[in-house]
Amino acid sequence: MALSVKERPDSEPERIDLNDVRQEILDRYPTKVARKRAKQIVINRAGGGAEVPEIEANTRTIPGIITQRGCTYAGCKGVILGPTRDIVNITHGPVGCGFYSWLTRRNQTRASTPEDENYMTYCFSTDMQEEDIVFGGEKKLRAAVLEAYEIFRPKAISIFSTCPVGLIGDDVHTVAREMKEHLGINIFAFSCEGYKGVSQSAGHHIANNGIFTHVVGLDDTRKEGKYSINLLGEYNIGGDAFEIERILHRCGITVVSTFSGNSTYTQFSNAHTADLNTIMCHRSINYVAEMMETRYGIPWIKINFIGAGATAKTLRKIARYFEDPELADRVEEIIESEMPDVEKVRDEVRARCEGKSAMLFVGGSRAHHYQELFREIGMITVSAGYEFAHRDDYEGRNILPDIRVDADSRNIEELHVEPDPERYRPRKNPEELERLAREGFRFKDYDGMMSDMPARTLIIDDISQYETERLIEIFKPAIFCAAIKEKYAIQKKGIPMKQLHSYDSGGPYAGFRGAVNFYREIDRMVNTKIWSAIKAPWQKSPELSAGYAWNA
Amino acid sequence: MKSSRDSYVSTTNACKLCKPMGACLAFRGIEGAVPFLHGSQGCATYMRRYIISHFREPMDIASSSLGEKHAVYGGEANLILGLKNVLSKFSPRLIGVATTCLTETIGDDVPMILRKFHRESRIEHAGPDLPLLVSVSTPSYSGTHMEGFHAAIKAVTDQVCIALPGSAAQDRINLLPGFLSPADIRYLKEILVDFGIHAVVLPDISETLDGPALEDYEKIPSGGTPIQDIRSMGKACGTIQFGRTLGYEDTAGSRLHERFNVPLHALGMPVGLRETDRFFSLLEDISGLPTPRKHALERGRLIDAFVDAHKYLFGKRAVIYGEEDLVVGLTSFLAETGIRPVICASGGRSGRFREAVEQVTRDILAESPMVCDGVDFHEIAGEAEKLAPDLLVGHSKGYHLSSRWKIPLVRVGFPIHDRFGGQRTLHVGYRGTQSLLDGIVNAFIGSKQEDSPVGYGYM
Ligand code: SF4
Ligand code: SF4
Repeated sequence: MALSVKERPDSEPERIDLNDVRQEILDRYPTKVARKRAKQIVINRAGGGAEVPEIEANTRTIPGIITQRGCTYAGCKGVILGPTRDIVNITHGPVGCGFYSWLTRRNQTRASTPEDENYMTYCFSTDMQEEDIVFGGEKKLRAAVLEAYEIFRPKAISIFSTCPVGLIGDDVHTVAREMKEHLGINIFAFSCEGYKGVSQSAGHHIANNGIFTHVVGLDDTRKEGKYSINLLGEYNIGGDAFEIERILHRCGITVVSTFSGNSTYTQFSNAHTADLNTIMCHRSINYVAEMMETRYGIPWIKINFIGAGATAKTLRKIARYFEDPELADRVEEIIESEMPDVEKVRDEVRARCEGKSAMLFVGGSRAHHYQELFREIGMITVSAGYEFAHRDDYEGRNILPDIRVDADSRNIEELHVEPDPERYRPRKNPEELERLAREGFRFKDYDGMMSDMPARTLIIDDISQYETERLIEIFKPAIFCAAIKEKYAIQKKGIPMKQLHSYDSGGPYAGFRGAVNFYREIDRMVNTKIWSAIKAPWQKSPELSAGYAWNA
Repeated sequence: MKSSRDSYVSTTNACKLCKPMGACLAFRGIEGAVPFLHGSQGCATYMRRYIISHFREPMDIASSSLGEKHAVYGGEANLILGLKNVLSKFSPRLIGVATTCLTETIGDDVPMILRKFHRESRIEHAGPDLPLLVSVSTPSYSGTHMEGFHAAIKAVTDQVCIALPGSAAQDRINLLPGFLSPADIRYLKEILVDFGIHAVVLPDISETLDGPALEDYEKIPSGGTPIQDIRSMGKACGTIQFGRTLGYEDTAGSRLHERFNVPLHALGMPVGLRETDRFFSLLEDISGLPTPRKHALERGRLIDAFVDAHKYLFGKRAVIYGEEDLVVGLTSFLAETGIRPVICASGGRSGRFREAVEQVTRDILAESPMVCDGVDFHEIAGEAEKLAPDLLVGHSKGYHLSSRWKIPLVRVGFPIHDRFGGQRTLHVGYRGTQSLLDGIVNAFIGSKQEDSPVGYGYM
């Protein structure tokens, strides 16, 4: 199948050699930089049983290269704890870090009553001044915690360290411990200084470790429901979690906790009572699932609610796990009732989008998951990569033992976890697990992005601004997906750009209704006529740009 | 005057941004310049994100991406490598290096490192293409984004302007407008052209942060103050500097005076009638020409509109917040319309805020507004609640107060991330004042219409 990416009736699409593209990009770098980037820009060989190539990921960004990545603090405070509504989050540091993470992600929350605690619209910072840097900021931090307690009387307070805090040596953990004893509420701190890891990924890890250590397991109340699960790695951007909750609710599946979209402190504290952990974003949370399995005996599976097909598959997989025909029937019923609306829009949009190309460079799972939605409307992902994922997110979990542990990863504490003497309760016995496996049911399964993509696609880790520009110039994709920082540079070049972090104020895109929203959005974007007006009538000249022929 | 020191420990919903962000914005207004942050990459990413969501334009900020190791041993090697990569990818004419809290705390000597880099690269390249390197120290633990902005402008004039032979050019001035919108800058340039005055406007973000859609993307957007012009700022016959809280000492304008004897005209931000009149009078003096008819007409229409608007605005109580100089300008304007500014608030703490507000309100307000500096939104809310305000004027961060109190918020300044066209908001001059006035009146009419059970369609 040969598809031209940009239909150009009177010119034959010229075939682009990916090796040439790769070489051209690398040639413009100084030797040392080129050597490093060469390992992070690879041509996929997946499909047809071929092994995926190795890619370097989760290594430091080269200075002076404009990266998409944020910092460890951003991952910890912004991404993981940001969407929880009833913990008072105090940023310990100068004012900027806190300000920039003040509700900037579009994670949504829905308190059950207006009186319910919701601190999400607040941004607390110790706003360190020169004297705090010189003489230490512990005193101020202590006073800030006390003040937050007196004003809000929250269930919990958490403290986040920014770069200068680590340098001046403030002991945030001791402050937290003392204040916890003193005030009698849960108070915990994160050493998530921005410089700690190579990207926000380190911050996710620090945050999740903290929640696991300080909160999970504190409340043994069981939520009602026969089939109870946790939804891990779902952040409720644009209301995704609401749509997922709607679907699960229709199926009769209970969500005990979500890490961390639309979440609460109580949800975290009784997460250990669920019977299955389901993982959306493998990157940001797989270790929590592992630890919960060891300590509490909860198995985990990888799921995906991005894409109508993926949503159906996920529901069936959950039903399969519970091995209850009643649930299985219910799930089929729901899928059958939801799909007609989806299919109607899908087919209509597909007619206009079929064969067009997409590029996705974002996140630690989104660049993979969203390919599914594009596939459903006949669009092809010709190039993709993550912003902060690790090798296993590209190549699959089977390469985990081969990942080299460098100084930056050693920096992030690996918790040593043992079965909980009272709360460990294996949800399936070894025989059941073995039988399920024999029947083809896979636990802890993530094969990564590459094996899901066709061969001859370009995979780029931590793409830089410059590489983005070159890709666009060469391939002229119908749409490019990244985050707001990339949006306007890409659109200036006449390529529609969809934000997959904050959804351009759109969403939800998860689940069945989300899929419909996404199809419509992409249809609108790739079929708009505005780009043809970039050149004024008096400037029009024959378009000269290479086409791209793509072979499956 | 109210100050945050008097009350809370935590800053809750800050009304200020951090220092290097202001510096990056200022550097962005120089032709061929790339802002560069020496620190961990997170700061650069965060600031880009904020600036981009307001302007809806690309904004590159390079970073030396320090890690833990560098935090301990210093960031020199990373800074140099970063500069090299910026050179090869952008071919900039100037790199503006601002420090962050991290590198300030470590104590890296950036000017020294830059000198060394310059020396070594000169040997390597031996060409004229080496960009200018400007450094500015911007620790956020002292000062806000506005201090960072002005510090960067001062650093640029200090490090780029040179003494040139010959006498001052009589038709040339320097304009240091402060942090205004691209639309404001475009309009100011238009005014100057209309007066026949050649001006070096520093910084000039009119194109770099509000550019056209292009077939061929430019790595560094065109526009910005030409470096050649900056070099020769010492030759101007005067410097106009906006901002009453800036003071006369230790600003870019005062330094130009000290070094090159360029007279300094310090004005308030020209928002509202009287502050704009002062600006136009000065331009008349400098150019020796009367205000061109086009602008005189705009002034006339503005007065006419003030009269028409009076019935909607008189006695309304406004809370104004944001950067100190913008708040002073807005307060001056609102007081002229019959609105009663009840609180003027800022996260900044220049020490001159109260005095500036008094200067512009003394003649027309019976009662001075409450002036709060160094405050956050929690404190603003605490004070405002007692005063039953009818209107908020400021940036997007006041939205939660406006929704809580069910009063309109007219969005001005930075950041505006919940409305469209922040980069095109006009604030200054007769035209800007007119557009603010229309916006405010319509905000009142709109909310009255919405709240009315009668359903008036004729307000
Ligand atoms: S560390 Fe300083 S420079 Fe960086 S974001 Fe925080 S306040 Fe701003
Ligand atoms: S100072 Fe550190 S924690 Fe704060 S934004 Fe910068 S990198 Fe992140």
